[in-house]
Amino acid sequence: MAEKLTPRQRLAIPPVPMREQDPLERRRNIREVPFGYSPEEAMLEASRCLLCRNKPCIEGCPVAVDIPGFIDLVSQGLFNQAAELIRKTNCLPAVCGRVCPQEEQCQAVCTVAKSHKDQAMSVQIGKLERFVADWDREHPVDGDGDRAVKPTGRKVAIIGSGPGGLTAAGDLADAGHEVTIFEALHRTGGVLVYGIPEFRLPKDIVEFEVEGLVRRGVNIVTNVAIGKSKSVDDLFAEGFDAIFIATGAGLPWFKNIPGEDSLGVYSANEYLTRANLMDAYRFGDGSDTPIMRGKTVVTFGGGNVAMDAARTALRLGADESIIVYRRSLAEMPARIEEIHHAQEEGVRFELLQDAVEIVADEAGWVTGVTCQKMALGEPDRSGRPRPVPIPGSEFVMPCSVVICAIGNGANPILTEATPAIETGKWGNIVADPVTGRTSMKGVWAGGDIVRGGATVILAMGDGRRAAESINEYLRTGVW
Amino acid sequence: MSSFRIRSNDPIAPSVFRMEVEAPDIAKYRRAGQFVIVHPSGGRERIPLTIADADPVAGTITLVYQVVGRTTAEMALLPAGGDLGDVAGPLGKPTHVENFGTVVCVGGGIGVAPSHPIAQAMKSAGNRVISILGARTADLIIMEREMRLASDDVICVTDDGSYGRKGLVTDALKDLLDDPSAPVNLVVAIGPPVMMKAVSELTRPYGVKTFVSLNTVMIDGTGMCGGCRVTVGGKTKFVCVDGPEFDGHGVDFDGMMRRQRMYSADEKVSYQAFLKEHGCRLEERIRELKRG
Ligand SMILES: Cc1cc2nc3c(=O)[nH]c(=O)nc-3n(C[C@H](O)[C@H](O)[C@H](O)COP(=O)(O)OP(=O)(O)OC[C@H]3O[C@@H](n4cnc5c(N)ncnc54)[C@H](O)[C@@H]3O)c2cc1C
Ligand SMILES: Cc1cc2nc3c(=O)[nH]c(=O)nc-3n(C[C@H](O)[C@H](O)[C@H](O)COP(=O)(O)OP(=O)(O)OC[C@H]3O[C@@H](n4cnc5c(N)ncnc54)[C@H](O)[C@@H]3O)c2cc1C
Ligand code: SF4
Ligand code: SF4
Ligand code: FES
Repeated sequence: MAEKLTPRQRLAIPPVPMREQDPLERRRNIREVPFGYSPEEAMLEASRCLLCRNKPCIEGCPVAVDIPGFIDLVSQGLFNQAAELIRKTNCLPAVCGRVCPQEEQCQAVCTVAKSHKDQAMSVQIGKLERFVADWDREHPVDGDGDRAVKPTGRKVAIIGSGPGGLTAAGDLADAGHEVTIFEALHRTGGVLVYGIPEFRLPKDIVEFEVEGLVRRGVNIVTNVAIGKSKSVDDLFAEGFDAIFIATGAGLPWFKNIPGEDSLGVYSANEYLTRANLMDAYRFGDGSDTPIMRGKTVVTFGGGNVAMDAARTALRLGADESIIVYRRSLAEMPARIEEIHHAQEEGVRFELLQDAVEIVADEAGWVTGVTCQKMALGEPDRSGRPRPVPIPGSEFVMPCSVVICAIGNGANPILTEATPAIETGKWGNIVADPVTGRTSMKGVWAGGDIVRGGATVILAMGDGRRAAESINEYLRTGVW
Repeated sequence: MSSFRIRSNDPIAPSVFRMEVEAPDIAKYRRAGQFVIVHPSGGRERIPLTIADADPVAGTITLVYQVVGRTTAEMALLPAGGDLGDVAGPLGKPTHVENFGTVVCVGGGIGVAPSHPIAQAMKSAGNRVISILGARTADLIIMEREMRLASDDVICVTDDGSYGRKGLVTDALKDLLDDPSAPVNLVVAIGPPVMMKAVSELTRPYGVKTFVSLNTVMIDGTGMCGGCRVTVGGKTKFVCVDGPEFDGHGVDFDGMMRRQRMYSADEKVSYQAFLKEHGCRLEERIRELKRG
């Protein structure tokens, strides 16, 4: 930008859209949906930021990324510097730029959106963050990358390699501790690799971040489920001084309706794991992981997970992918962008109805779902209107695959084996909201295992705060 | 990253192989009844296999597996000295072991392999252990020597009478249950689901507690996917974390057998494609049994 724009001029620039794959084409491939900004597009979008002095957007971000700071650098074309600035508080910007619910966080409070009285007019912080991270990955600068850190001689174990664990591992390695991540699966990244599909978050981005951690000295041990393979006490006995638990919310809920163990009924976790982590996309072409490819696939639920499952079904060749949700579009917990993308790709939304039974043929294969219509009643504890069944409104929706995406609970394998760690009503680990300390000395926890199904950025924030508290503990020895 | 070096991998019966793998942590922490999830190479399905034996000093575990499809066939071709992709574990709840009195371990076919560590553990807990080994025909009886070491008495049964007693494992078990001079306190049955179902039906009227070890399809083995679910006592259970052992009198075997067939068609496609490419090598490996 040659000359400074006035705020009025900035406000007059419309948001720069990100080019995307055509919906009818992309519904049949697993490549990422948006193409990303060009440098010119990014600089134009950056010029919409008013660089507000009170910086409300920073408060909207759970890890307080210096938003106006990095956007200012983008507007000057200093992309690598912008990336460096973001990384001071957010170690996975390429991930967050893609999957953060920005419309509820940083972008929700953006002054530009407020001036236009239109949320969609906000500065596209997420898209810019994504651009910067991608640029930095594709155009690395040599230099002070490997600052030598002084080893402290202390050992920290991280359990779970999702965003919470990865963040804590990075911070603790940078502090000079010897960090080891234990992961139950054979790949690192948690939900980022087994849950969120390739078309939303390419796996090589996660891999790149993990490789970065390994270069910073983090050890990664896969195939070890703590609580089964070995216990928390075993880890202390092996010489670890502190442990951070970030095992996520990995226990799939079912609806507990008749017919749920019919052939062709999946939890979203299983469906997405087969497709993503185990390459069922490529069955017969380098992969032998089977997955049922129904002509009509019905998904229960209305969150991001349901959108991911329904859109994955299209990519696996379904003619029709239907979402059945109990409330209306307005109450859907999924991100607006995800709902919008799903609609564009032809996912059919059957709202205000709930499945009451899964119907199967004699051999046990799914043939349909019995649904019941719902009306919206009084708000429930979550503040959303309660769905009330309309008697006598049942009808059968024919289909051959059913995916249950109604939520996940806390996986009990670690906590059952570790009674010293206090858990709450839903089996979640109880941890101090500021420090992440649990009831067991030397053990911290954060992310979905504490919060229930939450978000990537909240898990990362927990990882960062726990790392700070662990540093302090290892320095002072005070619990 | 961890590597799992294969010490040995040899046929012990037609289509059945025994593999010894270096996995020091698993050898150290495993208990009877637990299993590992194996992922021989990328892009492949993960499969569960029981830890049939372990040597914590040598840091090795033993897997005994039957070649039934693509993944197990691929394992059969791995050479000693090579690596076995990923091995996760030990997983699953260990067997509930105490001094029950007299324990009968019924192993059908490849099910003898998972019975072995249980028989060992039951014996060291002070039980009198009687093992019934069943198979279709003589050369499919596996691990008889190991089972004799772990049991007070061993009864072999073959469908065609080519070895031991002729008949089904349930025939031999019934005789034990009917013997008033030696009451049976617990039955542990592991084998094909039809066999476990038949054993559970047999023991029910006698009121003899019966553990079965279920072999549902599993992919993660950590309770994350729910694919291994089965109905026990009217409740949904995840076999990988709530089991694999359950009270046989509560298991919905028919539902479980149905779910096992979910991928039959795809599995056939994978296996046929594999045989087309490597069938000769596989046959050669299986023939090594006769030579050695
Ligand atoms: C399909 C799907 C889509 C989503 N979409 C979004 C989105 O768009 N935006 C967003 O912000 N959030 C989204 N989320 C939520 C987000 O992914 C999670 O909130 C976040 O990943 C939680 O991070 P975490 O570090 O707590 O745990 P996880 O990412 O769940 O990782 C936990 C890891 O720990 C491992 N583990 C578990 N138990 C053990 C054990 N005993 N020993 C060793 N390892 C263990 C697991 O295998 C896993 O790898 C989505 C979730 C799903 C399932
Ligand atoms: C807890 C447990 C312990 C087991 N222990 C042993 C053992 O010690 N020795 C042994 O030979 N077998 C064991 N099995 C069975 C073994 O896992 C299957 O034979 C193996 O998965 C077949 O894989 P495949 O690719 O060769 O055959 P496929 O062609 O894929 O399948 C053949 C049959 O194996 C079963 N199967 C397929 N995929 C899976 C899967 N992911 N998980 C479970 N079963 C599957 C199905 O019934 C299928 O019809 C065990 C299973 C369980 C659940
Ligand atoms: S991390 Fe998420 S909330 Fe924070 S600025 Fe980036 S996109 Fe916004
Ligand atoms: S609130 Fe919006 S306009 Fe203001 S600094 Fe943040 S991004 Fe820029
Ligand atoms: S194998 Fe996935 S939950 Fe048991």
